Formats: sequence, structure tokens, C-alpha cells
Amino acid sequence: MSAAAPEPKANMGPPEPRIDGRLKVTGQARYPADVPVSNPLYAYLVTSAIARGRITSFDLGAARGVPGVADILTHENTHGDVKQPKFFADGGYASTSIRPLDSAQIWHDGQIIALVLAETYEAAREAAHRVKVNYVEETPTATFDDAGASTQLAKEARKTHEDPEVGNFDEAFRTAEVKLDEWYSTPTQHHNAMELFATTCAWAGPQLTIYEPSQFVYGLQNGVAEQLGIDPEHIRVVSTFIGGAFGSKGSTTPRTALVAIAARRLGRPVKLVATRDQGFTIATYRAETRHHLRLGAARDGKLVALSHEGWEVTSRPDAYMVSGTDTTSRMYAVPNVATNVSIVHADRNTPGFMRSPPETPYMYALESAMDELAVKLAMDPVELRRTNDTMKEPIKGLPYTSRSLMQCFEEASRTFGWSKRNPQPGSMRDGDWLIGWGCATACYPTHIAPATARVRLTPDGEARVETAAHDIGTGTYTVIGQVVAEKLGLPLEKVAVLLGDSQLPPAPVSGGSNVTASVCTVVAKACDAIRSRLGNPNAAELMDALKRQGAGAIEEYAENVSNGPPPESLPLLYKGAVKMAGGATLKDRIQYAFGAEFVEVRVHALTREIRVPRAVGAFAAGRIMNTRTAHSQLMGGMVWGIASALHEATEIDRRAARYVNDNFADYLVPVNADVNQLDVILVSEEDTKVNPLGIKGLGELGNVGTAAAVANAVFHATGRRVRDLPIRIDALLA
Amino acid sequence: MNTFEYLRPATIAEAVAAAAEPGAAYLAAGTNLVDLMKGGISHPTRLVDINRLPGLDRLEHLPDGGVRIGALVRNADLAHDPVFARRFPAIAEALLSGASAQLRNAATVGGNLMQRTRCAYFYDVASACNKRAPGAGCDARGGENRLHAVLGWSESCIATHPSDFCVPLVALDAVVEIEGRAGRREVALESFHQLPGNTPERDSVLGPGELIVAVRLPPAAAKFAAHARYLKVRDRTSYAFAVVSAAAALEVDGGRIAEARLALGGVAARPWRARAAEKVLAGTRPEAATLRRAAEAALAQARPSGENAFKIELARRIVARALALAAAGTPERVPALPASPFASVAGAAVHA
Repeated sequence: MSAAAPEPKANMGPPEPRIDGRLKVTGQARYPADVPVSNPLYAYLVTSAIARGRITSFDLGAARGVPGVADILTHENTHGDVKQPKFFADGGYASTSIRPLDSAQIWHDGQIIALVLAETYEAAREAAHRVKVNYVEETPTATFDDAGASTQLAKEARKTHEDPEVGNFDEAFRTAEVKLDEWYSTPTQHHNAMELFATTCAWAGPQLTIYEPSQFVYGLQNGVAEQLGIDPEHIRVVSTFIGGAFGSKGSTTPRTALVAIAARRLGRPVKLVATRDQGFTIATYRAETRHHLRLGAARDGKLVALSHEGWEVTSRPDAYMVSGTDTTSRMYAVPNVATNVSIVHADRNTPGFMRSPPETPYMYALESAMDELAVKLAMDPVELRRTNDTMKEPIKGLPYTSRSLMQCFEEASRTFGWSKRNPQPGSMRDGDWLIGWGCATACYPTHIAPATARVRLTPDGEARVETAAHDIGTGTYTVIGQVVAEKLGLPLEKVAVLLGDSQLPPAPVSGGSNVTASVCTVVAKACDAIRSRLGNPNAAELMDALKRQGAGAIEEYAENVSNGPPPESLPLLYKGAVKMAGGATLKDRIQYAFGAEFVEVRVHALTREIRVPRAVGAFAAGRIMNTRTAHSQLMGGMVWGIASALHEATEIDRRAARYVNDNFADYLVPVNADVNQLDVILVSEEDTKVNPLGIKGLGELGNVGTAAAVANAVFHATGRRVRDLPIRIDALLA
Repeated sequence: MNTFEYLRPATIAEAVAAAAEPGAAYLAAGTNLVDLMKGGISHPTRLVDINRLPGLDRLEHLPDGGVRIGALVRNADLAHDPVFARRFPAIAEALLSGASAQLRNAATVGGNLMQRTRCAYFYDVASACNKRAPGAGCDARGGENRLHAVLGWSESCIATHPSDFCVPLVALDAVVEIEGRAGRREVALESFHQLPGNTPERDSVLGPGELIVAVRLPPAAAKFAAHARYLKVRDRTSYAFAVVSAAAALEVDGGRIAEARLALGGVAARPWRARAAEKVLAGTRPEAATLRRAAEAALAQARPSGENAFKIELARRIVARALALAAAGTPERVPALPASPFASVAGAAVHA
């Protein structure tokens, strides 16, 4: 056992190494862009250089003259080939309702306006550089406060939206003994998975195979079928390995149908690997947000009033929103709550899911405000959380199925050494470095979705499990294998796990941290059915029972819809529709995983650069299937949280509504040197109300709260409260 | 695809003749040029590969006490040469704070001088950039310009030169040896890079075909070895360009500064020698108030080119801190992560 492979505590599975680890570190794992196809053409995208207006003409002469160019698709020759996509939040599959290569209209900078096809990647790229586009340009709106930005209440944009509220906030806030009233903001961020957005399409007669990294192969299959107007049965999506996704590969983006029609038109497989900068505009991103927080408390720290108003940027046509007030309104015991979410339409590509979509920005605001309130109350910030801890959410009074928040605070603060903190800002110093210690709450809703799986057991003691789930680097292959091994009494290496293929039994999107709960539950169900058919022998006698039956194999197909999603969501899964349930959406209970994060920052007394020498996070998320993969997920989340606080921001040219730092040199993510000592503590917790195995899911838990913990630590180090992320030298110099 | 001619001459004379043609470019490690070509920013019609030219990869300690660094000496080899690092510690420190280990293994001395700006608008062919397309305009003015120049910029260009290595070189009076069709000439590094004025497309004084063959440090450059530092402040701990950096070199005699050298990085289109500050320091004791006065002098001409006024105050503080570090004495070992707090955290792992 080591820090990377923690000793399992109660209700935790062993730190099995990833069963796909060897393939990955030896380069044998084939990511979608690696899959060879016969005689392909290479595609290169041309994207819009303006953010609003119309294309008046293309000059393709020079591009067509590049040797090896086979074709160039534009709206002029492709109009109508791709059907109108339906935005996922309106019941469709698409990341945006903007119809690819449909018209001359430009909705956002970096919109796909042409697809160049050539015999080599280099020829396609060179030709793309030679495509001349003439535009009529209109002044675009980049973001908040810019002329032309149109604000819309979330409840008007989406009829199903509700703004949680309870009691009488105005009155309670007016009469509160201690008040906090502040504004916070978070910037645009892009997922920037190492793996680029790649798509290969190959037709065999009416049958289309798509190799594309995907968090939802059934969604992509059905989404592309809709856009091509063909039967989903004629499409197979293969996504065996995924080089990072973080939400960016969950819905159907415009490129896939374009590559498919190009391949059909030219009668050859077509391979696209979009560039890093194109990835900023042809997929989704985390939109910038603003928050107005008002907290009222009694002198003893008891919250009496909470108001959280949020604003989120989205595109012109699509009402994307994350509405994290669903979480922040229920986090603490407070009797009077008001919330409100608005979206602000600008000339931008449509944003989308990015790791902990609602919680990352909204909990940053709440947990910063809580720290500010603690300062006003002269109260330890951990004590403020304890004072307002609750086993019932305040909006409807529903009980938390389990909530180990304070256990997490206790374990993390002990490891961190929080009791040695001098609360006075600027009081802790090591030579030229100001030391600051901060903390914050982490949380993430616990979801489950319908899922299916097939498990086959053979008398030679081997099992094979098939389900169209995805391993986006999280360890899905391994934890599913562990379930089968445990249920059927086999060594893990005797279990073959097949994922990431739309020809396998359907499984939900890898999003909302639902997969371990959803898929392990149904796989366990299939294994139980096999055991039942064999008369429920104990594990040691299972193989003997199978041999006695004289069968060559025993196979069970299982479906599961339980613990929240309605029964009708199961057939919808086969059509690639996601119906997960959990968090604050259930009628009889509320279910979340929790954590507590502590961060030390060092700020140079003179030049003010901020560094994070150490961080400690403690997390409780029900049954932990594998302490190694859990540790890795949470650690990665915390690193991302540090990045959100100090590094990551997509800069936008306000005049052009164009992303400026769309590359890995200028879009800063932490390097090894930015992450020094990072401790992840897994806290034991049991919760069988969430699902039969008691799994809460933790893929998105780790990066919630971290940014607030860093910001709170910066305040403690310097006495300077910075409320706009990321926090850089600039904000601490003046 | 984009076709171009590739030549690999055997001699410097052949290289110079080949590169004098319009559209030609020298190729050394290519760590910058190849990216520029892939992005459609540079379109050389002829690449003259100088990697196999004889004699350009030598580091020579000269009889007069100076040192001559061949243009093809790799960054990592120079930084890790023990004699060089002992005599010119601030240069080694600057080299090690630049790029990544992999890039330092490839990147050359001459290429470091010749690297283009990192201005995002220069790299974005859809943006107006006078450096890339003379007369097109400058979208960085009024755009995202947090990291742009605060000294020596003009209305036509506010880009900075991104080098770390050049900053201590300029402080130490390095000379660039240039071979051209008319023979060899020498230019002080301080005058090698051009301020933008109305011709931002010209980064340096090099004429067509001219080739950097070496960078030379004069004998006097070694007298600062006991008090020389490079301080680079950036938005993350490693693998990032400087927000602002400074090289400070002092000759200390009886507690007084006999002579001071100071240069700034990340503030202008050239590594910025701060002679006014050097004058302030000469003959003084390195006390905080004096260092601050020198810092004020160094930035006296500075003005923001956009939303980057913070860089002026940051530069003052970096100057003061670099001078204080230099006054305290060159450390026995260059820290693996210069200016990182982690070096002072007990038991903490150090990464470079």
C-alpha cells in the first residue's frame, strides 16, 4: 500500500491496479484516432474568423490547387445534408442547435465553415490555410456587460427551471445581526483534455462506423442518426479508450455528422483530428459566471438568511445553464432562502458540461462567502460549517441519505494541522513568504441512471462482461471487473471487460458521476442472476455448479432502473436518452457526497506570486470500489481546483469575441512543479439508500470547493480578499 | 502541402549564400520556427539547416578571460557546464528557468536570440499584426494585453521578446558575432534586437543571409560571479514565460556596490538593460531603500500599453528582489526551481 494505493478502510474495495493500465503505458491502447482504416482521406476544419455576421463568398481556388486536395465542403455545396440538430437540453443529443454548414450565418467565432479533404493531413492543413473567406461582419457581443448581451431569467428560458426558495429572505436578512453582501466571478474555462477532438467515419454500404472519443456512445449513435436522417441501427460508435473528456465528449458536436457526410460523398473513410485551438470553439466549455451572495447570521454563527443570485453566459440560440443554486441553497441549515439564476446570451459557442458543472462555480461563491462571514463573526471557518451543518436540506426539509461533512472536516483538519492556525491575516510567515491557510466544503450530488449489461461465465473459470459504459480515464474497466470477480469468485485477471461500443448493451452517459453506481449495480444484478441460475452456491462452489449443468457457458442480460429514475427511462436509454436521478431532485430524500479541503498558500511578500505547497482533502462517498482509482480521481480534482483558483482562464478579446489563449502555452494548467504535497483521505461511509451497493460516485467531487479554499487561504496570507478568479499577481500588487 | 526547399550546407559561407535569397530562413532546433510554419504564420520557401555546420557547437573559454559560446550550443549543455555555470551563474539560472527540459535539450543559443514574440495576435493569422503583416494594424492594442510591453513599445507593436537567456547576457555586455556575405561583424546584444518603432516586422539588426555564429562574453562579465542572480516571476511555477524577470549582477567591495548590472525581461521587444538603475547603485550599500530607488530608475520611462500597468510595479519589485538576492551572494547551487517557495519547505520534493 502507498499514498497512491491507500489501505482500504470499512466499506472500501482493494486498490486493484487498472486492468487497462499496461495497455495504456505501453502504447497498445488504441484511442479512436489511432484506429487504422483503409485508404482514408484526411479532414481539416476551416473555422470562422468572425463571431457575428455572414459569409458572402469563398475563394477556394488556391486551396483546391494544393496537390492532394479531394474536396472542400462548405454550406454552398453541403446545405441541407445535415439535418437540424436538437439541443440536448431541449430533449435532443446535440451540444448546440447550430446546424453545421447549413447557411452563411456566423453565430460565433471559430464556427466550422468548411471541411477540407485531402490525401494527407499536411495537404489538408495547407489547403485550409489557403481558403479565403469574405464576410459581412457585425459587431459581436463577447460576454457580460458588452453591448448586445441579452439577459434572460432561467425560469423563462426553461419552463421546468425552479429557483429554490423558502421562508422570507428579505425580512430575515434585513434584521440579521451579521451580514455579508458580496459579488464573485469565475472565468471561461476549456476542458483541454490531452486527447484532441477526433472523429473517423467509415461507411460499408448503409452501415456507418464512427471512431470517436465519447462519454456516451448511445447518445452519439442516436444523435448522428438524427442529423443524417438514418436509422440508428445503421450506426456503430466505437470509443474503447478515451484520453480525457471532463464533460466535453458527452453530447454530439457538429463535427461528427460533417465527417460522416464527407466520407459518404467521397466513398472513402475520413479521419479528422481537430487542432488544439479549434477544440476551443467546435465543442463546449465552462462559461463565465457571476454571483451575488448575501448571507445573514446571528452572532453565534447560525445562518438566518441566504440569497444566491447567479448569471451565466451562453450562446445566442441555446439556453444552456448549470444553476448551481440547487446545491448552494441546500448546503447549510438556513431557514430563509432566496435564489435566482439568469443566463446572458452572447455571440459565443454554446457552453456545456465541465467537471462538476454547477458546483464548481456556485460552491466557489458560497464557500468564499462563508469564509468572509466567518471573518466577520470572528469565528473559525470550520466551526461556522459545524454550526450550520444539517441532516435535512432546508428548502423542502428532505433528509440527507447520509452526510459525513463534519467527519471530513475533522479528518482533514487533523492531518493538515489546522489547530495551529493563527486566524489573523498576514500573521504566519516563513522568511519572505506569507503563509495562508484556507478551507472549504466540497460536495457533489449522487446520481444513478438506468443501465444494462451482459455477463457470461464459462466453465474454464472465465467471465466476460459487456456494457456500453465508458472509461474516460476514471477506472471504469477496473471497478466493473472487480464487481464480476467478487460476485463470481474469480480472480480479476479472469474477467474480460468490454466497454465503449454502441453494439454492447446500453449504459448511461459518463457524466454526473453516475457510472460506478449505475453500471456496477446492473453488472452485480447480472452476476446475481447467474448465481441464482446455479442455485446460489457460495463463490468457491460456483464453478462446480456450472460444470454440473454441463453447459458451455451461462449468460445473463440484466437491466436496472432503480433508486430514482422512473421506469420509462429504461426504454429511453436504448435511444441514447439520459434520465439520471439523484441529488436534490428526488421526492423523499436528498443525496450528496461530501468532502472538506484544506490548502496552504505561500504568497511572496514583495512580488506576490502565489504558490500552493500543500493541500489536504478528506472525502466520504459511500462505498469506495477501489481506493487507488478513487484516490486518483480525487487528487486530479483537487489539482484542477488549484488550477481554477490560480491558473485557468480562457481570455476573450472583447472586441472580436474571440478566444485569445487557445493553446497549451498560453492556457495555463498546473505543471508538476505547481503541485507539491497533496493528501487525499478517504473517509468511511455507508449509505444503502442511494443504491443497493451504496456507491455515491466521486469523479466530480474533488474539484468542488478547492478554488474557494485557495482564495480563502490567499486572504489569510495577505488580508486581501480576491473574489474574481483566477487570482494572479495583478490582484495582490496594488 | 506547403512545399519548401531544404538545404543542408557544409560550410558557413555556403549557408550564408543560401540564406541570402528572399524567403529563406535558418533552421536550428526549430522549436519555434516549425510551430510558426505549421500555424501558417511563417512561410519560408527555403530552409537552410545549420545543425551540421562545423565549429558552431563549441564553448570556448578565451585566453583574455572572456568566453565564446557557439550558436549551436544547446541550452541544456550550456547551463550544465560546471565551469560556465560557476563563472556566469545568472546565465545558467536564466537558462534553467526557461521552457522545459526537453526543449532546453534541443534549443540553441542562436535560436534563443532569434525566437519570435509570444504575442497571441502574432500567432493568430485572423488577427491584425504589424509584426506578421506590416501595415495590417495591431489587435493587441486594446485587446488582451496583460503580458505585453511596458517599455520601448510603439503604437504599431506592443509585443515583448520572450527570452530568459538574453536578459543576463545583456546585463553582462554580451556581443553577437555575425557572419554575412560581407564577412564577419559584431553587434552588442543590447543593440541586436530592435524596438518596434514603425518597423515591428524587423526583430533584429540581421540583414539577409546574416547568421549568428557565436555569442561572446567579455572578460569583465566574470567579475560578478559572486553576486549574480536571475529572478523570473511567472503565473505558474515552471514551463511558462515570464510575467517579468530581472538579471542582477553586482561587484561588491567592502560592503559597497562597486559596479552593478541590471536587465529586465518580459517588458519590451528587447531584453532591457537598465543603465540608469546601475548608476543609482554604483558606490552605494545594497540597502532596501537604495534598491527601491534603483528600481524606480529602471522603470522611470515605463508606461502601460494596455491593461498591464501592474507589470510596472511588479517590475520594480522584481528588480529590488533580484538586487537583494544578488547582494546576498550567489548560492552554492542554482536552485532547481529558481524563486520557488518550495525550496524552503522542509521535506518537499523539488521538480525542475
